[in-house]
Amino acid sequence: MNDITALTAKQAADAVAKGDLDPTELFEAYRTRAAADELNAYTWVADEAGAGGSVSGTAALPLGGVPLAVKDLFCTEGVPSQAGSRILEGYCPPYTATVVDQLARAGAPLLAKTNQDEFAMGSSNENSAYGPVLNPWDHTRVPGGSSGGSAAAVAGGSAPWALGTDTGGSIRQPAALCGIVGLKPTYGTVSRYGMIAFASSLDQAGPLTRDVTDAALLYGHMTGRDPRDSTSLQHPEAITLPTATRLDGITLGVPDDLTGEGVEDGVMARFEETLELAVSLGATVRRVPLPNADYGLSAYYVIAPAEASSNLARFDGVRYGKRVPADDLVSMYTRTRHDGFGPEVKRRIMLGTYALSSGYYDAYYGKAQRVRTKIAEDFKNAFESVDFVVTPTTPTVAFELGAKTDDPLSMYLNDYFTVPMPLAGIPAISIPAGLSDDLPVGFQLAGPAFSENRILDAAYALEQAIGFAEQAPDRPWVAA
Amino acid sequence: MIDREQVLHVARLARLELTDDEVGRMATELSSILGHIETISALELDDVPPTSHVVEVANALREDVPQPCLPREVALANAPAVQDDGFLVPSPQATVTA
Repeated sequence: MNDITALTAKQAADAVAKGDLDPTELFEAYRTRAAADELNAYTWVADEAGAGGSVSGTAALPLGGVPLAVKDLFCTEGVPSQAGSRILEGYCPPYTATVVDQLARAGAPLLAKTNQDEFAMGSSNENSAYGPVLNPWDHTRVPGGSSGGSAAAVAGGSAPWALGTDTGGSIRQPAALCGIVGLKPTYGTVSRYGMIAFASSLDQAGPLTRDVTDAALLYGHMTGRDPRDSTSLQHPEAITLPTATRLDGITLGVPDDLTGEGVEDGVMARFEETLELAVSLGATVRRVPLPNADYGLSAYYVIAPAEASSNLARFDGVRYGKRVPADDLVSMYTRTRHDGFGPEVKRRIMLGTYALSSGYYDAYYGKAQRVRTKIAEDFKNAFESVDFVVTPTTPTVAFELGAKTDDPLSMYLNDYFTVPMPLAGIPAISIPAGLSDDLPVGFQLAGPAFSENRILDAAYALEQAIGFAEQAPDRPWVAA
Repeated sequence: MIDREQVLHVARLARLELTDDEVGRMATELSSILGHIETISALELDDVPPTSHVVEVANALREDVPQPCLPREVALANAPAVQDDGFLVPSPQATVTA
């Protein structure tokens, strides 16, 4: 078979099931590409045998041996898992994250670990201790973040699909900036066991894929209650592959209050064209109020750093990772953390510690958790009159490397459209909606908790109508 | 809005050493970010319950059954310093030098 890396993951799995494709050959094709990657998308690539000889025997499994790239913050036994941080340099965990293990058992062997913003804090992948990742569409631009390595790997054609995590947009934003599909599932439907934590009430693992079908296929094998994560739960529905071609009877809600300043014209144009396509498929589009969504960013940048400041207390030079020696214990802690953490992580630890400190707790953390309740109520009310809330995924296309690194606040504003959903725990997908200035634009579709099947179906119908493949015949994973 | 003294206080709470330069930069950057966050402080939300969990779940309890845990040598394998089957740290009683 020629050019097996041009197949989608589903196509490759089907070819394996039919006996037309040898999974070992597929693994080697991707492994060679990943090892030769020039985007700095990877922090580790498997050797020829795969991790633990996991490739052989996958042909009969549902995912057919289609190899998986995994964001570095997922613990993988005996394989470096550094979460993009110097403080975990060389750390090889003694266990594997539940979701990675689950996917390996379903037939998706570990291909590589992907670069990311340190501890998933960032929107450009420039906060990695292992260097920035380049956008495969334009090497002078960022791939987005924090799952930037996963997005660049899939879009660049060196991995068929990848795992990322989304706390405030870290799957959907890089998917949008790299022209691929990214799904942030309902909170709790994927086990967080073995995911190095950023903000535990928001973190959720999800797929980054070349199309909607692949996202459904991978997500379908990620869900499940895990006794080792007490916040995990059983998805009430089996996840099925999408088939919808029409959107009859579906209502899309465009939030009145989430228009956002600073949305680029090209991004808005693709968004509006996608709405017109939805109407041509039978959907109704109406405005919907989300009066508190505009406060999402403020609430998020209290809650996420607060939880991070607590989660990252464990990196103290005692049990794993880096240690800077000192004569007394406290100095060993403070120096280890000074040298081990990068600037953005320090900033968020400081912000979170401040928001939780005596005298400020009620004004910041308490207030933010109340705003969060209001945002969840807004979505609940919206879903009484619309099926999905839709927005552009990001205000801009991929920006240039270094463009926002000196201004943390302007970097945070890139998450404007993606933070309200994790605050409400609801699922959302980003799909490519076309190009602006030859760079991909993402269209975001959010639904009620556990509505992944409906979201995937609607996204699939839109995907067929948008015809991104025709709009971008030279997309990097085809041109590679 | 947030001065050097506050930065140093918070850094102590966070067990984070900062250089003089970092203290200054942190004061400026945190002030700018907190300025944006201030937009929520004006909201009247006293009657709104704070979110404790985003998805409605009942108490998630597991059976209280002992499970095997990591063997000691595996748990210690990543530690920077080990002695007598335990994690080795500098004395907590030593005078703080920083």
